[in-house]
Amino acid sequence: MASVGFDPAPQATLGTSALKVLVAGGFGVGKTTLVGSVSEIPPLRTEEVLSTVSGGVDDLVGVEAKTTTTVALDFGRITLNESLILYLFGTPGQERFWFMWDELAMGALGAVVIADTRRLDGCFAAVDFFERRQIPFILAVNNFHGQQMYTVDEVRDAIDLDPVVPILLCDVRERESSKGVLANLLEHLIALAAQPHARHRP
Amino acid sequence: MKHGRDSWYDDDAGPLVRPYTVTRGRTHSERLDLNLITLVVTAAAESASMDPEYVDILRLCHYPLSIAEISAKLGLPITVIKILVADLIEQGCLNFSSPPSPLNTETPDMNILQAVLDGIRRL
Repeated sequence: MASVGFDPAPQATLGTSALKVLVAGGFGVGKTTLVGSVSEIPPLRTEEVLSTVSGGVDDLVGVEAKTTTTVALDFGRITLNESLILYLFGTPGQERFWFMWDELAMGALGAVVIADTRRLDGCFAAVDFFERRQIPFILAVNNFHGQQMYTVDEVRDAIDLDPVVPILLCDVRERESSKGVLANLLEHLIALAAQPHARHRP
Repeated sequence: MKHGRDSWYDDDAGPLVRPYTVTRGRTHSERLDLNLITLVVTAAAESASMDPEYVDILRLCHYPLSIAEISAKLGLPITVIKILVADLIEQGCLNFSSPPSPLNTETPDMNILQAVLDGIRRL
């Protein structure tokens, strides 16, 4: 019995496994700040090029314009134990194209959506994305300037958030607060896993 | 860059022309089992005939690093790194481990979730 009760995946070649959590939300809401406050390395930045066939009302029949977009994302790393590494990926802020990056969401344990009550609509797209993909998430309301304008219940109403989705207040600049956000997500995932009927993954 | 509209290639060519020369024009990896968080570790030393990008990867991965980290550290797109890493795996120079992907099954592995929670609380 391993000391942490962790049973490594059967990887004969490499005794370490990696997991990922997504950190999403509107532009400038504190995604990279959260990643940086808990990561063991300074956040790194990487890029992927996504291509899409643009479609719109101006399309000429038979002519498709292929558009490529470079999407950058910041990420951090937490070594959880001798055989398990957690990566935190901050999804690009303004950039709507990350929604096309299927690989980013695929296999994610879950997500943290950060909201700023002064610009609550900034988180709508991310909430919608995770709801549609049935990726479990929590909502973390970042209390940037120490002035909480709304209660958790008011935020839940404004976003029309499912009652099972936890909401908590946080200050992502504080390591302890960011740890609390991640712990809250994991507690949520464990609660969902304990009642499999509550989750409907395709 | 000062190529204008008269250039033989346009902006659609993008900045990717050069990165993809290191993959000899390949834009996709044959391997579908490599992803952002696939971990790789060096299994064999570089050889003198290798291209510098391969050498960079082998020198970097003395302890397990993800595809995403290699991409960030070498400043090359994820897709390019996947192709180069796949080559090195084929040559037996890298060992790799894909994520356990507990959420790809109907019931996530409770032991893994608990290990993650324990690890976060210990931070």
